[in-house]
Amino acid sequence: MPAVSKGDGMRGLAVFISDIRNCKSKEAEVKRINKELANIRSKFKGDKALDGYSKKKYVCKLLFIFLLGHDIDFGHMEAVNLLSSNKYTEKQIGYLFISVLVNSNSDLISLINNGIKNDLASRNPTFMNLALHCIANVGSREMAEAFASQIPSILVAGDTMDSVKQSAALCLLRLNRTSPDLVPMGEWTARVVHLLNDQHLGVVTAATSLITTLAQKSPEDFRTSISLAVARLSRIVTSASIDLQDYTYYFVAAPWLSVKLLRLLQCYPPPEDAALRSRLTECLETILNKAQEPPKSKKVQHSNAKNAVLFEAIALIIHHDSEPTLLVRACNQLGQFLQHRETNLRYLALESMCTLASSEFSHEAVKTHIDTVINALKTERDVSVRQRAVDLLYAMCDRSNSKQIVAEMLSYLENADYSIREEIVLKVAILAEKYAVDYTWYVDTILNLIRIAGDHVSEEVWYRVIQIVINQDDVQGYAAKTVFEALQAPACHENLLKVGGYILGEFGNLIAGDPRSSPLVQFNLLHSKFHLCSVPTRALLLSAYIKFINLFPEVKPTIQDVLRSDSQLRNADVELQQRAIEYLRLSCIASTDILATVLEEMPPFPERESSILAKLKKKKGPGKVPDMDEARWNVNGNTEHSENTEPTNKAPSHPFTDLLNMNSSPAAGASLLVDVLSDLSSPAPTPTTGPGPGPTDVCEEHFSRFVCKNNGVIFENQLLQIGLKSEYRQNLGRIYVFYGNKTSSQFLSFSSSVTSSDTLKTQLNVHTMPVDPTVEGGAQLQQILNIECLSDFSDTPVLNVQFRYGGTLQNIAVKLPVMLNKFFQPTEMTSEDFFQRWKQLGVPQQEVQTIFKAQHPMDTDVTNAKVQKTASLYLKPLCGGGVGLILKCCNVSGFTTRETLNRSFNGSLNL
Amino acid sequence: MIKAILIFNNHGKPRLSKFYEHYNEDTEQQIIRETFHLVSKRDENVCNFLEGGMLIGGSDYKLIYRHYATLYFVFCVDSSESELGILDLIQVFVETLDKCFENVCELDLIFHVDKVHNILAEMVMGGMVLETNMNEIIMQVDAQNKMEKSEAGIAGAPARAVSAVKNMNLPEMPRNINIGDISIKVPNLPSFK
Repeated sequence: MPAVSKGDGMRGLAVFISDIRNCKSKEAEVKRINKELANIRSKFKGDKALDGYSKKKYVCKLLFIFLLGHDIDFGHMEAVNLLSSNKYTEKQIGYLFISVLVNSNSDLISLINNGIKNDLASRNPTFMNLALHCIANVGSREMAEAFASQIPSILVAGDTMDSVKQSAALCLLRLNRTSPDLVPMGEWTARVVHLLNDQHLGVVTAATSLITTLAQKSPEDFRTSISLAVARLSRIVTSASIDLQDYTYYFVAAPWLSVKLLRLLQCYPPPEDAALRSRLTECLETILNKAQEPPKSKKVQHSNAKNAVLFEAIALIIHHDSEPTLLVRACNQLGQFLQHRETNLRYLALESMCTLASSEFSHEAVKTHIDTVINALKTERDVSVRQRAVDLLYAMCDRSNSKQIVAEMLSYLENADYSIREEIVLKVAILAEKYAVDYTWYVDTILNLIRIAGDHVSEEVWYRVIQIVINQDDVQGYAAKTVFEALQAPACHENLLKVGGYILGEFGNLIAGDPRSSPLVQFNLLHSKFHLCSVPTRALLLSAYIKFINLFPEVKPTIQDVLRSDSQLRNADVELQQRAIEYLRLSCIASTDILATVLEEMPPFPERESSILAKLKKKKGPGKVPDMDEARWNVNGNTEHSENTEPTNKAPSHPFTDLLNMNSSPAAGASLLVDVLSDLSSPAPTPTTGPGPGPTDVCEEHFSRFVCKNNGVIFENQLLQIGLKSEYRQNLGRIYVFYGNKTSSQFLSFSSSVTSSDTLKTQLNVHTMPVDPTVEGGAQLQQILNIECLSDFSDTPVLNVQFRYGGTLQNIAVKLPVMLNKFFQPTEMTSEDFFQRWKQLGVPQQEVQTIFKAQHPMDTDVTNAKVQKTASLYLKPLCGGGVGLILKCCNVSGFTTRETLNRSFNGSLNL
Repeated sequence: MIKAILIFNNHGKPRLSKFYEHYNEDTEQQIIRETFHLVSKRDENVCNFLEGGMLIGGSDYKLIYRHYATLYFVFCVDSSESELGILDLIQVFVETLDKCFENVCELDLIFHVDKVHNILAEMVMGGMVLETNMNEIIMQVDAQNKMEKSEAGIAGAPARAVSAVKNMNLPEMPRNINIGDISIKVPNLPSFK
């Protein structure tokens, strides 16, 4: 007998559905639906009280309309009435409507909660189940608040029906996911663990799910579950299938529960207890053995269920990573699956092998399957499977097979699906770098990559090849020769042109001896592609040209002609125009020496984690990229790079900034200073009067760098770099703020402003020039701040930057390094005057003295200069209004310095 | 955790949608369309797993699906679920529907949405698997039907008259759409509109 008799429908509902299905057009359908909605609405609003049957019918209609994708904004109240009914049928439809349609922030929640509360208290298992389902399906915070404390007691009560226990376990699991803070841990936890011994396998399954989630959060509390889980698993695995009656699925004993138990065990390391451990190993071996037995049924369900358990067992073996024999057996089993006729098994085998490849015990065993995997990449019809094959090749790659794997991936790339090309490009780039025995191979590989899939080569990839070429002396000549040859192709990708422009600009001289690649030939080759490129590439090429002028004086007139042409000097693009003008002037007026200094070869990049790897991690999400073994990663340990690879780095502004910075302090002096000051500031009494440092999330990471420097980078994250250039004269200052967009997409609604505390506003005038609301990818925006110091101040203004990136609003606050010492001017006085003033400062609060050991040899001049410029900043809390400072610094004995700082009301240093 | 369960036909018409995480109405419809787009373009004998669409959470989620005659059954799950296990679950779901409706067909899902939801609720609750044993599920459904019958009384009378009328009103209703022997990869039966 069928469980649902087909005749029991509701007539009105059936008619309505048939009407909809007979509609010839979308418009007719919408019309019919609107008519029905109006009808239901009037019925619900009507004076006549509806009976349960009609309400149920209308609610069903609403459900159907909702499924068709129409918004339902009424009927909730009727649904709540239905669920409060005593009739099962009405209650059920009420709950159904609520769990399908009500979201967590409905204002009806309190009414619904009331109904649920009554049902939970009803002791009718069917009603309780409905209520628990509703809580689990809606899972809102209000519900968690109302019921989270009640459900554990239902779960562990001795007299609760099995089906209710099942629901209660999962309901609790759901609440623990949505509002973990509201689910109280307590004495029930120990009793939950004992549900693993329950008679009813459904209850055990639900409890295992619950315990797995709880154990991930607090492993210690649930450690006792290990032994129970192993015991249970062992009983299932070794039982004859008839023992478990209904839970045998196509001749496999309780597959679902086995999977859940194996998942639970993956929350813990291998059991320490030897007996327990050997029992678990026995289970795992039995599961592996069963895979070799002839199938008990030809049905695919049988093998599915069996393999579900097998894959989970293998996952546990890999997780434990401690039994070499099991690992190798697992690997062999997966190897069999790689050639299985079931596509699903091939897919899963490739996926599991990926994790297996990272185990030291089985890495070699995985490698033996390389040919099968490569074959899968070539012949598999399903893109999901091919993608897993790519992942596995990436995971199994090491020095011995890297050339083969990279070559195979490159050849696959030629006809790979567009959706996975970028990922393959990243993987090839990483493998090529990581396992490069010689860098010529690396350069060849990357250039091939650009040739085959130039559009999918992200900036990180071509930045990286340039970094490596710059850091590796021995590959520079080869790289120059190779890019030169690659550029000969009639059509080459813009990325290739970027790499080519950069490398020839740096190392073109290495191949200039050959008449086939003489300076002029190189230049003409690059310039022949110039007009086809986008603006950033042209800008990069202009930089390459000016580098050419330095490398090859003989082509100077030719290049100057190009720079002088109207299409450059009057280019509509500001960046190109500026570069052309500046480069032209530079080449005209600078002497050879200056040119050589300014246009010197790029220094090696500092070592960092590969940005390509970072990008791949970001793309795949953490944990999805098998972490590179440090030991295996060292091939290029010396070639890591920095983020400063934007083409604009080659713009003359960069070397100029360095020149301007020449009078700034040497690094050693700066670090000495910071040490001195941090020592000084900590014992100083903290004033209670001084205004606080501002909101806590204000970035002041690089703030201290600017104490005695005026230029540099004040803030940097993945998106944005903020650089400052500042100049001060008397009581006036001007700061140029440079906002660099590090991404490849636009920042929208960009705005920046400077905020000061109320006190500070009266002391310091900051005038901000407006900025452009969009910042293009890779572009830099400049903003000017004019500052006027009205009186002495101790607070710091904050620069607030706001912009929209990829739809999310970014808010950045940075402390602006405008300090009192920026407005200091020294004053000359005779020693008599000085000591006269010095002696006037006799009041005890006016003196603070600290003696400490210097960490570096003292250079009196440097230290004096630094301390004068900076000390007052750190001592500002000591100063009241209208304060100056007298500072004495004497070199007492060798490395001990004494500094005496006095507080006075007549500054010896002019403010 | 199961994030969503979707059933739609070969033309992308949704026949059941159950989300265990809250999305607004529009997004739900978009997810259904996106999922249909991803699943329907796949060949018959490729694997039953693929990475989820962007709307549902991208590569952190997997779509596990089966295609029976005119209907796609798609479960969207995260990495904490066993792929083959979910595949079995779909099978249990369909077998259960088949038992409850006697040779289930697409029309049964259309006209008995509430029943389908109830059967599903016996298997999956709040995104977690509640019960996998078909006999247990059917027992629960039977118990519910008994209660329904006993409550029917006078109010049920009009309902009983429906069966005759219902069939009259449906000239296009195909007879005996059999979903085959439910082993996967049913031979391509003629689909209906």
